[in-house]
Amino acid sequence: METSEIKSTSYTVNKIKSYNQGSVKSNKPLIEIINLSKEFDGEIVLKEINLTIKENEFLTLLGPSGCGKTTILRILAGFVSPTNGDILFEGKSILNLPPNKRQVNTVFQRYALFPHLNVFENIAFGLRLKKKKDDEIVAKVKQMLRLVKLEGFESRNVNSLSGGQQQRVAIARALVNEPKVLLLDEPLAALDLKLRQEMQYELKEMQRETGITFIYVTHDQEEALTMSDTIVVMNSGLIQQVGTPIDIYNEPKNRFVANFIGESNIIPGQMVADYKVRFENQIFDCVDRGFHPNEPIDVVIRPEDLLIVDKDSAPLVGVVDSVIFKGVHYEICVIVNGREYVIHTTKSARIGDVVGLTVEPENIHVMEVEGVGNE
Amino acid sequence: MNRTIKSFLYPYAIWIAIMIVIPFFLIFFYSITQSRPDSPAIFRFTLKHYREFFKTENINILSKSVLLAVETTVLCLLLGYPAAWIIAKTKANVQNVILLLFILPMWINMLLRTYAWQVILGRTGILYTDAAVVIGMIYNFIPFMVLPIYTAITKIDKSLIEAANDLGANSKEAFLKVVFPLSMPGVVTGIVMVFLPAVSSFAIPRLLGGGQYVLIGNLIEKQFYLLNNWNFGSAISVILMILILISMRFMKKSGEMGGKGGAIPW
Repeated sequence: METSEIKSTSYTVNKIKSYNQGSVKSNKPLIEIINLSKEFDGEIVLKEINLTIKENEFLTLLGPSGCGKTTILRILAGFVSPTNGDILFEGKSILNLPPNKRQVNTVFQRYALFPHLNVFENIAFGLRLKKKKDDEIVAKVKQMLRLVKLEGFESRNVNSLSGGQQQRVAIARALVNEPKVLLLDEPLAALDLKLRQEMQYELKEMQRETGITFIYVTHDQEEALTMSDTIVVMNSGLIQQVGTPIDIYNEPKNRFVANFIGESNIIPGQMVADYKVRFENQIFDCVDRGFHPNEPIDVVIRPEDLLIVDKDSAPLVGVVDSVIFKGVHYEICVIVNGREYVIHTTKSARIGDVVGLTVEPENIHVMEVEGVGNE
Repeated sequence: MNRTIKSFLYPYAIWIAIMIVIPFFLIFFYSITQSRPDSPAIFRFTLKHYREFFKTENINILSKSVLLAVETTVLCLLLGYPAAWIIAKTKANVQNVILLLFILPMWINMLLRTYAWQVILGRTGILYTDAAVVIGMIYNFIPFMVLPIYTAITKIDKSLIEAANDLGANSKEAFLKVVFPLSMPGVVTGIVMVFLPAVSSFAIPRLLGGGQYVLIGNLIEKQFYLLNNWNFGSAISVILMILILISMRFMKKSGEMGGKGGAIPW
């Protein structure tokens, strides 16, 4: 047990190097979710969801609890039927198929391992149902145990395993059936931080090795950014934004997305013209265009994109209100015209100092103002 | 454990000592001694009561008792498991009503209920047969089979059944491969809770089997009340106890193979 965890750590380190090199994706749609709605006892959980999931994609449904992300997963698995809408799998509706007839497998949030079966029999469960030959079952289970780094654990009782090991068994039990799609319902929520980060890399790696489409549900934005090809941000039963991690982080479509994904400074302003934005009574260059002249907008600036500079040459001048040491960086609050700006920087400042703030044009993100609830 | 909490155990420990441990040693003592009829304080050690038990007629009574208890237990299981399964499957409010119906008869004295069966079976003409005794025992003991199985089934995590379906099991396969094995602790508890009172029962066989009907419980009762032979009665009790201990050990083993840990308290 000890040695296997050490092994997996060094494995992870090796993989981080090759990480983010990208992989070839096909663009064939595998699952099409069409106008999907769900009500539970009159309460609307999903509102006309439309989403296309491509082959070999690592897609994450991200949102706060109660946003409907788990319901989508359970509808895909077949445990819940939708009130309206359809799901096409390779072009055919699967709504009338029971869970055991669908080409998807699920990794459950609390693992749901069979307590009366050992590790081997848990993983072999699906193969035994398909009446595979014994030697084939042994070979496939061994191969899976290698993939999840649990070799030698065959006869162990699942209750004697640590949370991380149980998680691996749950993944192996699902993957051994070679599903077209693997559904993962917050699989890392119960693990401690270090193990969670380790498993993030390993899951991504498994997805790349097996070429299976992963649909991953989480409320953890860091997890979503680390692993996904595509992130679907959800709130109160609606899709807020679909995009790559970089798109979602850099170009949040609305306040909800901007606030949910990382920290942000959101400042009301106006688009003066293409590539010109005014906020805090200053005109800044930016990279956005296509708005009406003087259209009110919200400006998003990430804390790490605000730079502290000399006050004489800076567009924004404010007073340092607080300084918190966060390890890698300082979190500094600067009050400009009564508005609080959060800055992440490696240089410290003293409380009460008058400082200047500036921001590069490409780091100013402009988003449309939503109908109500603006400052 | 906390000391104050521990002290709450003392009343129960004293109760156990007075009501179980001391009588147990007394029974064992009686079974290996023989007192003089005129003065009970003078006794000698002997194993003759045990030797006396291994006579054909007594062995026949024992095997008949075990056979009827096994029949009762098996029938209780066959009737009780589906019942427990159906109850566990119904809606929560309906569940409570059905459970209440199961428990309700237990509020009435067992002897009264058995007298009622005497009347019912008397009309059908099978009174004073083995069948009558088994029917009476099933009626009295089946709640002890249904309740532990019901509890075991409701304790099974619903996501395990979903996981089985997800991995390709239809509902029958999910039942056979997941629900039934995981309900084994309840089945084992139920078997023990029915078999134990069934094998040593004496009131039901007397009332429904007739005055001449003798099972092992009646044999023990006769030694104490009728023949005033406490020593032989104690010896039979000890033998029955050993028999039960062996079968419970065996049950516990098979329970562990099925589910995770038996529900037998030891």
